[in-house]
Amino acid sequence: MERMNGKASESIWQSMQAKGYSRRDFLQFCGAAAAMAGISRSAVGQVVSAFEVKSKPAVVWLHFQECTCCSESFLRATHPIVTDVLLDVLSLNYSETLQAAAGFQAEKCLQDTIKNNKGKYVVLVEGAVPTNDGGVYCMIGGKTAESILQEVAKDAAAIVAWGSCASNGCVQAAKPNPTGATPISKLVSQPVINVPGCPPIADVMMAVVTHLLVLGNLPALDSLGRPKEFFGRRVHDTCYRRANYDAGLFVESFDDENARKGYCLYKMGCRGPVTYNACSVVRWNEGTSYPIQSGHGCIGCSEAGFWDNGPFYQHLASFPGFGVESTADTIGTAVGLATIAGVAAHAVVTNIRKKAVIAEVHADDQPEV
Amino acid sequence: MATRIVVDPVTRIEGHLRIEAVVENGVITDAYSAGTMVRGLEKILQGRDPRDAWAIAERVCGVCTTVHALTSVRAVEDALGITVPPTAEIIRNIMMTTQYVHDHVIHFYHLHALDWVDIVNALKADPKKAAELAQSFSKWDKNTPAYFAGVQDKIKAFAAAGLGIFANGYWGHPAYKLPPEVNLIAVAHYLDALSWQKEIVKIHAVFGGKNPHPNYLVGGVPCSIDTNEVAAINSERLNLVAKLIDQADEFVTQVYIPDVLAVASFYKEWASYGGGLSNYLSYGEFPTKGYGQPDFFKYPRGVVLNRDLSTVHPVNPRDSQEIKEYIAHSWYSYSGGDAEGIHPWAGETKLNYTGPKPPFETLAGYEKYSFLKTPRWKEQAMEVGPLSRLVVAYAAGRADVKEVVGATLGRLNVPVGALFSTLGRTAARALDGELAMIWLKEYFAELMDRVRINEVSTFNGEHWEPKSWPADCEGVGLTEAPRGALAHWIKIHNGAIENYQLVVPTTWNGSPRDAKQQRSSFEQALIGTPVAKIDEPVEILRTIHSFDPCLACAVHLYDPQGRHLHQVSFE
Repeated sequence: MERMNGKASESIWQSMQAKGYSRRDFLQFCGAAAAMAGISRSAVGQVVSAFEVKSKPAVVWLHFQECTCCSESFLRATHPIVTDVLLDVLSLNYSETLQAAAGFQAEKCLQDTIKNNKGKYVVLVEGAVPTNDGGVYCMIGGKTAESILQEVAKDAAAIVAWGSCASNGCVQAAKPNPTGATPISKLVSQPVINVPGCPPIADVMMAVVTHLLVLGNLPALDSLGRPKEFFGRRVHDTCYRRANYDAGLFVESFDDENARKGYCLYKMGCRGPVTYNACSVVRWNEGTSYPIQSGHGCIGCSEAGFWDNGPFYQHLASFPGFGVESTADTIGTAVGLATIAGVAAHAVVTNIRKKAVIAEVHADDQPEV
Repeated sequence: MATRIVVDPVTRIEGHLRIEAVVENGVITDAYSAGTMVRGLEKILQGRDPRDAWAIAERVCGVCTTVHALTSVRAVEDALGITVPPTAEIIRNIMMTTQYVHDHVIHFYHLHALDWVDIVNALKADPKKAAELAQSFSKWDKNTPAYFAGVQDKIKAFAAAGLGIFANGYWGHPAYKLPPEVNLIAVAHYLDALSWQKEIVKIHAVFGGKNPHPNYLVGGVPCSIDTNEVAAINSERLNLVAKLIDQADEFVTQVYIPDVLAVASFYKEWASYGGGLSNYLSYGEFPTKGYGQPDFFKYPRGVVLNRDLSTVHPVNPRDSQEIKEYIAHSWYSYSGGDAEGIHPWAGETKLNYTGPKPPFETLAGYEKYSFLKTPRWKEQAMEVGPLSRLVVAYAAGRADVKEVVGATLGRLNVPVGALFSTLGRTAARALDGELAMIWLKEYFAELMDRVRINEVSTFNGEHWEPKSWPADCEGVGLTEAPRGALAHWIKIHNGAIENYQLVVPTTWNGSPRDAKQQRSSFEQALIGTPVAKIDEPVEILRTIHSFDPCLACAVHLYDPQGRHLHQVSFE
């Protein structure tokens, strides 16, 4: 990421000076940025120097097979808000959703960025890439998505795969995957930061961008290329309804008495036990809620292959070969989730303390207390 | 000589859209609209549990999130004979009106405004005059000289650093007509709207857990209401929704509507361009006595033909002779031949790309040129969207709609006929947003009434279990999405989806010609539109964006060596 440093365009400190901010304001901003990025006060000095020398990094946002929910989610960010990021933190030079230019002029924005910032720009990809039949199922400007990806990725400093489409293929890759929808990491040679979810949480997206551009380094990734910061814990383990699960208190039907009491949605098909995401901690829309809090089970939207892990309302124990919920990670494997052994083992260890209780509750699937 | 210009990608839309337009003597004489991305979701839906369909269908679009989920649960409930409890219906209506307001405001400021507003020119504005002007048409207390000066400084610094997402716009183009002060007001509110839009969608998070893509449920809504429980929708949650509605009401009435009218008043000549088709279809929306009683919807269902406001023709989505999809110019094949139309219940999705091998320069000369199918109502092309909703409601004599439309036409001092245009379409969307805001408040008041009397059931589980379903059944779900008439047709066999077909608003508006060579809305509306500078066709964007397309495209031009050109000669 050191390559992203450069004097050609304005540094963040220069841009703040130009807007009349004092050095004190600047230091406060750096402190806030550091706090946001989760680093201690003692490291603030490093952040200050990063802001002073780093020009606003060039960023391009590509759209392929997607529904634009990732772009929409990004706009929902609250800390920082997207206007501040777009105007002050980075230079978003290509975004089909937001940019003023169209057609030839839009294409020029992309070409200029990759030419003038060789090795220094960040590529954010939204969408999967169809590879069947010569790539004709997604074409932009008469070119295939795959050829555009290869051209733009070649000299990128970092590549982020936004959402489940770019990370895992998502809905268009669900059986029978008619267009050959393929995740980005399978098509480029560089490492890809996968930020799965349909969409990812806004402030998680913003934090990943901040981690890259403000801290100037790659976040620690798990074996699936996901930032550990947000994808290291299961929704189930951090869910406020977890105590109900452990106590065997379950919703039996939507809007029943137990639903109103906020009991566990496991029997309504909740995929929290097999889903690694930050929903139950960060929550959605400035912490307003998350699916389970609003009465619906997690559908596992950040896990590879989650669309084929249905039906959504069938609870996990009723899958053939599952039996008891001795380790939720085993279920994931049984129903075809791409759970990597290392991650699973880690989760099992964190969960092992409760195994006996869980097994007891589920062994005979008794009515709850 | 005619020139064929290509716009690909068309930006500031959802999806991948390509426009090829033939310009002669500065006016568009023919146009081709091509959808260049396909995912095959209809095939993916086959064989799945119908109760899961909403989640898959919702992923059709993340900009108009929720609308496909609602349409899907309506289709499944229609097939299985499920009526949702009134409180669930009200919550769905709150979700949908929220979506209208959010979607329309975003569309105006972030997808459409830059076709009318010159950001660079805003730097020439006098912030004090901008404040005086803004205060003359809005009492929003943020519109002060200091506020506008601050925004101007921000844009100045941003422009010096290269303009980022505003780079390479058509700034300084002679088609931009706003005074610097109006440009500055619009740019300031562009930024405010971006900050505000993340607030209103918290309503979706309260009832659906998240936005984008909140959760829905066949038989009702997933949330429960209990004002004596901390984990249900309770007083705190309702207070949050009430606050968000108040904020939204202020933004819509004090910022959005005044800005649309202020900008529109400088572009009245656009009331004579972009009229396009003269047929308007609306499925009707916003139940007041349940989804099963469309006669009591706030927006009525029907068709207006040839702009004849004296008659509203009934629409029956179940009649195999009314709505059909054609593929004469689409990259699909039908088992019974490509010339015939098929009703969606019998619909087929077999991809058959026959276009040029990419990279290519133009689709000229290819019989088939889009991944969009071509829907028709009784063989006729229809415009759908906010304008169609208003036209059908106006023709049906709905007093509240007539009042809002009449007041706006009066303020702009234009006749009813001005509605049938690019400008009219954009103004209609604003009025649609204004009405949705009023109805959102009404629905929330109704919800509170039901909470007061504790009529709060949100789920009908009578036909939840597949064993209660017939072996074979079929259903249709209709909505008016923000972008227009949306329907899903489903066939269920032995508890699984046998066939699922979606006909979405942009399929009506953005599709290629039909077998009889009749154009759809985008293509028809472009004809007659002036293009002052062939390499900066802002006029094409104005008319295409007035439909709020829901697919993403780009406009590029290539010469035979593959280099970009600004135009390609045509015969």
